[in-house]
Amino acid sequence: MDKFFRWLSGNKKPSVAAQDVANTAPLSEQQIQAIVSNQNPRFDLPQLIASCGQSVGKQRELNEDSLLAISATMAGNAGNQPFGLYIVADGMGGHQFGEVASNAAIRTVAGYILRKFHPYLFHIKADSMDESFQEIMQAAVSEAQRAIQREAPGSGTTLTAALVLGQQITVAHVGDSRAYFIYPDGRVEPITRDHSLVKRLEELGHITPDEAVNYPHRNVLYRALGQGEILDPDIFTVGFPQPGYLMICSDGLWGVLTEQDLVRSINEASSLQRACQNLVNAANAAGGPDNISVVLVQLIG
Amino acid sequence: MSDDQGDQGSPPPRQLQAGITLAKRYSIQEVIGIGGMGSVYRARDMHFPNVTKLVAVKEMINTAPDPLVRETIVQNFEREANLLATLHHPSIPRIYDYFTVESRSYLVLEFIHGKDLEAIINETNSFLPEHQVLSWAIELCDVLSYLHQHKPDPIIFRDMKPSNVMVNHSGDVMLVDFGIAKTFQSGIRGTMIGTEGYSPPEQYRGEATPSADIYALGATIHHALSRRDPRLEPPFSFSERPIRRINANVSPEMEAVVNMALEYNPESRFRSAADMKQALTVVARKTGVLVGTKVQTGPVNTGGIKPLWSFKCEDEIRGTPTISQGLLYIGSYDSNLYALNAADGKFQWKYPTDGGIVTRPAFFDGNIYFGSEDKRLHVISARTGKVIWTYYTDGPIRSSPRIAEGHVFFGSDDNYIHAVNLNTGRMVWRFETADAVRATPFVIHDLVYTGCESGDYYAVDFRGDLKWRFHAKRSITASTVGTEQALYFSSVDGTLYALDPRNGWVLWRFRLGKPSISTPCMVEDLIFVGASDSFIYAVESRSAKEVWRFRTEHQVNGSPVIYKDSLYCGSVDGNLYCLEYRTGRLRWKFTTGGAVTGTPLVYDDIVYIGSTDHHIYALLA
Repeated sequence: MDKFFRWLSGNKKPSVAAQDVANTAPLSEQQIQAIVSNQNPRFDLPQLIASCGQSVGKQRELNEDSLLAISATMAGNAGNQPFGLYIVADGMGGHQFGEVASNAAIRTVAGYILRKFHPYLFHIKADSMDESFQEIMQAAVSEAQRAIQREAPGSGTTLTAALVLGQQITVAHVGDSRAYFIYPDGRVEPITRDHSLVKRLEELGHITPDEAVNYPHRNVLYRALGQGEILDPDIFTVGFPQPGYLMICSDGLWGVLTEQDLVRSINEASSLQRACQNLVNAANAAGGPDNISVVLVQLIG
Repeated sequence: MSDDQGDQGSPPPRQLQAGITLAKRYSIQEVIGIGGMGSVYRARDMHFPNVTKLVAVKEMINTAPDPLVRETIVQNFEREANLLATLHHPSIPRIYDYFTVESRSYLVLEFIHGKDLEAIINETNSFLPEHQVLSWAIELCDVLSYLHQHKPDPIIFRDMKPSNVMVNHSGDVMLVDFGIAKTFQSGIRGTMIGTEGYSPPEQYRGEATPSADIYALGATIHHALSRRDPRLEPPFSFSERPIRRINANVSPEMEAVVNMALEYNPESRFRSAADMKQALTVVARKTGVLVGTKVQTGPVNTGGIKPLWSFKCEDEIRGTPTISQGLLYIGSYDSNLYALNAADGKFQWKYPTDGGIVTRPAFFDGNIYFGSEDKRLHVISARTGKVIWTYYTDGPIRSSPRIAEGHVFFGSDDNYIHAVNLNTGRMVWRFETADAVRATPFVIHDLVYTGCESGDYYAVDFRGDLKWRFHAKRSITASTVGTEQALYFSSVDGTLYALDPRNGWVLWRFRLGKPSISTPCMVEDLIFVGASDSFIYAVESRSAKEVWRFRTEHQVNGSPVIYKDSLYCGSVDGNLYCLEYRTGRLRWKFTTGGAVTGTPLVYDDIVYIGSTDHHIYALLA
C-alpha cells in the first residue's frame, strides 16, 4: 500500500506554483536532449502529424471560431510528399454573425485549395501546376472574401491558413490569429504579424508594449476577411521547422498564455493530442475570456 | 466535391439586363458601377416620356441565407434611404424613390454624369494638378461641414475616400454612398466600419466623430496628390511618405494642410470641416494659379567616373570575368581567353580557342575551366595558360561550368548536361534535354538543376537520373540561384520563378514586364533580376512582393551582383549601374561604348565589367 502511494505521488504532476519557479531557469542540456530525442521518432519518409483543440471558453456563450486540419501524403513522381492544410478563423465578436463569417472562410478557402490539388492527390497528373502555391492562396482568400460579403455582409473574420507541401509552408494571413514555430529548445517564433489596431499603434510608437497588454481596444482589427473592397492578405512561404512544431491559434489562446506557458503545455505532453488539450485547458484556467482554437503540426521523418 | 460546388460555387446574382423596366417606371440602360452587394445602373425614368430623364438605380441584393442577417441588411438599406431624403446640398445626390422586389432593394438617385475620383486618379498617368485637387477639397469640406452641422444630430459620413467622390462633367464633386453614414450620438460606440487606409485610428475603436471625416478627407487628398493608395500601405503611415517627397510639385502650404488633417490625435486636427476649408482657401490665395515646377532629381554622378584601367580585346565581351590570385580571366568573342593583372590590367597571356567565349571561367585547384563556341570545354593552367585537357561536346558551349564534388557540370547546345570528372577529364554521365542548355547548372544537396531552351527545367541526381521536371512556357536561358528552400530563375516567358528544390512545385511566380535571360542574385531576403523591359527588379524572397524597380534605358540581359550595400548591373543601354540595393536609388553609372550584357565582378572594392565595345573596365566600387 505504501509503495502504491509513493508510486502515485511520484507520478503526480508538480503543482502549478512549483512549475512556475522551475521554468524561469533555462532548460538543462539533459532536459533538452530528452525533449529532442523524445520528439524524433524515426520514420523513413517525411510525414505530417497534426492535432487540434477547441473550446468556447469560460465567458462566451457562442463559439465564433472555426478550425480545419487535414493531413495527407501525396504520391507523386518525386516520391511521396507530405500534404497538409491547417486553418484557424476567428469570427469578429464586434460584428454580427461572426460564426457565419469564420465558417464561410474555412469552407471556401479549404474547398478552393482542395479542388486545385484534387487532380494531384487522386489522379495521375504529369503536368506541373499552372499556378504557384502563393497564387492559389491569394485566389482562395479572394474567393472567401466574396463568399463572406455574400453570406454575411458586414461581418468579418480572421484567417490564418497554412498549406504544407513537402517541407514548405505557404501561409495566408489576415487579422490577429497567429502562426508560430515552436522549437524543442523552448524558442517561440511568431511567423505572422497581427493586423490589429493595438499592434499597429505599438509599431508606430504611440503605445508601449506594456500599455498594449492592457489596451482597451485590443481586439480591434484594421484588416479582416469580409471587410473592405481591397483585401491585401500577407502571403509567404517558409520552411517547416525540423525539429519543431507549427502552431496556429486564435487570440483566445495567445492572448492569455505566455510563451513559457505554450512551451510548457507542449513539452509536458506525451502526444500532440495531449498537447492541444493542455493548451486549451491552460487558456481556460487563465480565465478563458474568448473562444479558443489551436492546431499543432509536426513534420517527422 | 459536388456538395461543395453547390455551397460556395453559387454564381453571383445576375445583373439586370438592359431594357428591363423596374417598378413599371425605370428602364435599365447599363451597369455603371459594381458594389459589394449589387450593381449601380443608369436608367431612364419613363414617367417623363417626352424628355430623357436619367436616374441612377442602386441595387442591393440580399443574398444572406440567414434570416437575421437578411433583416439587418434591409434595415441598413432603409436607413440610407431615409437619411438621404432629409439632406439637401448641391454635393449630395437627391433621392427620388426606393422600393424592394423580392430579395432586391433599389434606391433611385440623381444621375451624375462623371467619374469617381479613384478612377480619375488611376486613369491619369501623371500627378493631378494641385489647383484641381484643391478646389475639390474645398467643396468636400463644404459638404462635410453641412453634414456635421445637421440638426438635431450631426451626420458622420464615415467613409470618405476617392471612390465615394464623384466628379461631374462640370468639374464639381458629389459625395455618394451614404450606406454607412450615421447620425452621431456622443458617447455611443458603434462597430468599426469604414475603409482601411482612409480611416483614422479612433474610428477603429468604434468612435465616429466629425474629426474622423476630416482625417479621411486628408487621406483622400493625400492619395489624390501622391498617387499612393493608402489601402496598400500600413494604416496611419501617411507621415512616412510626405506628399512633397513623392510629388515635388505640391506646395508646402498644401502639404501642411493635409498633414494637419492627418494628425494622429483628433485634437491636433482642424476643429471643424469649416476650419479646414478656411485653411485650404488661404492656400489657394497664396499659391494662386499654380505653375508646375520641374521635379528635382538628386545629384547623381554620371560623368565623373574614371576607370582604374581598361583593356581592349579584338571583339565584343559578353561574358563575365573570374578573379583568382591577382589574375583576372575573361573570354571574348575574338575566341581568346585573356589573363590580365587585376591591379593594373596588364596582359599576362591569352589562350586561343576556335570559337567565341561567352561563358564565365571557373577556377579550381590551379586550373581554369571554360567552354567555347568551338564545342569544347577547355581546361588550362591558371598560371601559365597551358592546356591541361579538353573535352568535346557536339554543340557550341554557352553554359558556364559549375564545379562541385570532384566534377564539372555544364550544358551544351548539343542538348545534353555533361558531368565530367575533374581528374580524368572523362565523361561520367550526360543527361539528354529537350533543347540546347545555355544556363549554368546549379548544384545543391547532390542534385543538379538547370533549364534549357525548350522551357524544360530538370533536377538530375549525381548518377545522372532525372529526379523531377518542370516546364516553363518559354525558354530558360538564365541560370538558377537558390537555397535549400527555393530555386530562383527567370524565363523568356517573362516570369521569375521560385521552385521547391525537392519536388519542383512552384512556390511563387513574379511577373516581369517582358522576357528575361538575366540570372537572379540574392542577398538576405531579397532577390534581384533584370528583364528586357529595361527594369532591374528587387523582390522579397518569402512573399514575392516587389520592393522596388529601377529603369535603365534598354534591356537588362546581364545579371545584377551585390557587393556591400550596392547592387551593380549592366544594361544594353551601355551603362553599368550602381544602386543602393535596399532602395534601388541610383548611386552612379558608368557609360561604356557598347551594350553591357555580361555580369560584373566585384572583388576587393573593384568592379570589373566587360562591354561589347571590346573593353574590360576596372572601376572603384
